[in-house]
Amino acid sequence: MAQRPVSEADLIDRFGPHLNQAPPGGWDAGIEAERVVNTHCCFCGQQCGIKLKAADNQVIGFEPWYEFPFNEGKLCPKGVKRYLQGNHPDRVLYPMERDPSSPGGFRRVSWEHALDRVVSEIQRIQSTYGPDSFAMLSGVSLTNEKSYLVGKFARLGLGTANLDYNGRYCMVSAGAANKKALGIDRASNPWSDIPLADVVWTAGTNIAETFPITTSYIWKARDRGARLIVQDPRVVPHARTAHLYLPVRPGTDSALFGAVLHELIRHDWLDHAFIENHTHDFDQAAAAVADMTPQWAADITGVPAARIEQAAEWWGTSATGMLLHARGIEQQSKGTENCLAAINLGLATGKFGKPGCGVTTITGQGNGQGGREHGHKCDQLPGNRDITNPEHRAAVAAAWGCDVDEIPGKGLPALALIEAIHRGEIKGLLSICFNPAVSSPDTNFTREALDKLEFFSNIDFFVSETAHHADIVLPGSLHEEGDGTSTTGEGRIVKINAVVDPPGEARHDWWILVEIARRLGRGHYFPYEGTREIFEELCRASSGGLADYTGATWDRIEDEMGMFWPVPEVGHPGTPRLYEGGRFYHPDGRARFHAVPYRPPGEEVDDDYPVWLTTGRVVSQYLSGTQTRRIGGLVAQYPEPLCEIHPVLAERLGIVQGDRVTVSSRRGSVTLPAQVVATIRPDTVFIPYHWPGAKAANVLTKRVVDPISAMPEFKVAAVRVERAPAPPQEVAT
Amino acid sequence: MSTARYGIEDQPIFVIDQSRCIGCEACVQACAECGTHRGRSLIHLDRVDRATTTQTAPMVCMHCADPTCAQVCPADAIKQTEGGVVQSSLKPRCIGCSNCVLACPFGVPKYYAEIDQMMKCDMCTDRTSEGYKPMCASVCPSEALWYGTIDEFREQRTGSLIRDFMFGRQEVRTKVYTVVDDLDGGPLDVMAGRTQAWLDDPFALEGP
Repeated sequence: MAQRPVSEADLIDRFGPHLNQAPPGGWDAGIEAERVVNTHCCFCGQQCGIKLKAADNQVIGFEPWYEFPFNEGKLCPKGVKRYLQGNHPDRVLYPMERDPSSPGGFRRVSWEHALDRVVSEIQRIQSTYGPDSFAMLSGVSLTNEKSYLVGKFARLGLGTANLDYNGRYCMVSAGAANKKALGIDRASNPWSDIPLADVVWTAGTNIAETFPITTSYIWKARDRGARLIVQDPRVVPHARTAHLYLPVRPGTDSALFGAVLHELIRHDWLDHAFIENHTHDFDQAAAAVADMTPQWAADITGVPAARIEQAAEWWGTSATGMLLHARGIEQQSKGTENCLAAINLGLATGKFGKPGCGVTTITGQGNGQGGREHGHKCDQLPGNRDITNPEHRAAVAAAWGCDVDEIPGKGLPALALIEAIHRGEIKGLLSICFNPAVSSPDTNFTREALDKLEFFSNIDFFVSETAHHADIVLPGSLHEEGDGTSTTGEGRIVKINAVVDPPGEARHDWWILVEIARRLGRGHYFPYEGTREIFEELCRASSGGLADYTGATWDRIEDEMGMFWPVPEVGHPGTPRLYEGGRFYHPDGRARFHAVPYRPPGEEVDDDYPVWLTTGRVVSQYLSGTQTRRIGGLVAQYPEPLCEIHPVLAERLGIVQGDRVTVSSRRGSVTLPAQVVATIRPDTVFIPYHWPGAKAANVLTKRVVDPISAMPEFKVAAVRVERAPAPPQEVAT
Repeated sequence: MSTARYGIEDQPIFVIDQSRCIGCEACVQACAECGTHRGRSLIHLDRVDRATTTQTAPMVCMHCADPTCAQVCPADAIKQTEGGVVQSSLKPRCIGCSNCVLACPFGVPKYYAEIDQMMKCDMCTDRTSEGYKPMCASVCPSEALWYGTIDEFREQRTGSLIRDFMFGRQEVRTKVYTVVDDLDGGPLDVMAGRTQAWLDDPFALEGP
């Protein structure tokens, strides 16, 4: 029974989001810090170093951590205010059970009751419908230790194949492309390489709002004289001073990259020795772009041919260059192809494995890098091993001390898993730190699916919109309430230090999973006293795998301000820059070009839905907003989603700044204020996706996925935009 | 590696480079967190014209050598430190008249009715007096707000430092610097064409 127990308004009234505006005791409390702890921001994949100040088991503020080399004290507004997620009125402080007769629809229960109920439902559903009918969803805000534990817990605790994670909605297509082309899935370079590049090309990444600190690296390159190329449907803030702007139409990036490769070949701006000595399949990639002229690409992408030629010339004739891409090219139904086409440009010009040279994703989520290495993906085992590969299975079975047949096979990726719930094939769900009610495409469908679950338990620190559907809510722990590690977008493993203990009856996430496993009779696989032991097991289990942490220790990570994996043996210094000497991670040491013929996005504009929609983020909010919609200063900065629309399109539709507009797709519609700005393509509107319900951008997005990575197409949809009547004025009573 | 602390002999400078600003408001959020500001953000961040551009402009107090705000204060409530930092109004003296708010050529002071007092950027005196960077320049992700020595600036950054301004016939010299394109190349030609041609027509609406 996973329908919301009471109305959405009643749920919000009790569980928020309410706003935390000030530190404990208020601004004038003058509480002195008892401890100042070096740790990291809980939000994006940059994992900026930060010092958190604590007193009386509460986080009371922050100090810049100037010595941490990645960000040297810098923080974005989310990092500045992140401490306000602690001591929050919405924090879940005890286990709860769905009860429509209780205020807010949930009643307080004991841990004994909550865990017994979870375990009895797991057993009932699995014995009735089979082991895979109970699924698990996970998130990469979790540390490496928790990510690893979730993977092992789902396979050996629950015994289900159906485990996936929310990185599926983030950068999984980039990971798939990295493995296919380069043999390993990690950023190609430490960020210290960016200032060494003569040309910096950003593709589908709003760096200023989603990776603000990375801006300083790009400006450093600019100070050195680097040329900056920005490829995006919007003139995003860091594009303002770009030397070249490529205003690509949503969903056409592979055509643009294809035309650039076409030009590199036509002008012989190629590194023939590199291609010859370090790669395979250049000829196939070249054949696929034989007809992709700049003029052809201009028609598809909307980017003038002359700008495509200019980008090719700068990329092809510069000694060094880095291409940084993110969700804009990755969250498409051809996300993997887009990334492979980008990698082709690096391989063709030999821009890998040298200072200032690389093609890399900018990982989005906090532990988006580490979280995609340790086995909580549906197709993956620790060490970034393949769950369908017999040798990989045997290695992990040995590390886990289990029979290889005890490890289930490949499960469903996140969206397919939600669709299986909707079809009634999956009956039960345990979810941790994943809010698909906001983040999954086609919100109305997601809601229907959650309603159909026979049993749903959610582990989280706040009651997210997804947790509204839960039968049992288990209060887990915040980033600052436990020790562990995460791995940044650079591939740098960093140490997360506990600042405070979980409040009330909230418990460490690892403890909750281990307790469930113990009650399922599987406790012997989870004999942990704490997360350090989990990390040590993770390192052993990763040994010999692609994401090899063998030589990493908590102490070294802390002492060395992070370590870049692979760390394949004890005492190994780590590997900041990959592919040095042209050595790639396929068994033969060579990279692979891929033929990337162009194909259109999963939905195209037509007479009924004539405008392109693209979605994304704003700087003051993070992902589904579970944390950041509860922090006063951040909400004040950008309180509600706005629909960005170009004045040419706005005029045609009779819309002026501040009008409310109804944006409709074949899935549903939302009504939002218009922001009329000349910084977006005139055939495209943009809506940030951090909000739920009637303001959810994902009401509009389509359930179409990349066939290789199962990444949904958040970045492209066809919509209709109409001026909406003004909202009814509230009548004073 | 940035230097965490500066001594008096280092003579650190504060620099605003608007061209680097990305409008993220980290400075606005962090200013409120500075120990003595107690939840009040004293920095300004202007959206220049969001309808046409994402350009934003952060504004701290420029800390004028001969501050206009202090000149016009009828209560003599605005003082400078020995280091040239112009402070918020002194509570016992401030009469809340807002002369300073109106007179400042940079639009910096803010009047807070709830405390009937003018407060303004004090360059985080509590931090800088201990050798730490001000809060805004500590967190600024794009280094549009920057604090360091002249040598560090020349080593790490481009552009020319400016701190002399003419407002009509009033000459103003400031402690805080702003940055313009390299002046070694001769006088700035404000009528020159765009260096980046795409800016005139980002979406090629008027043809390729």
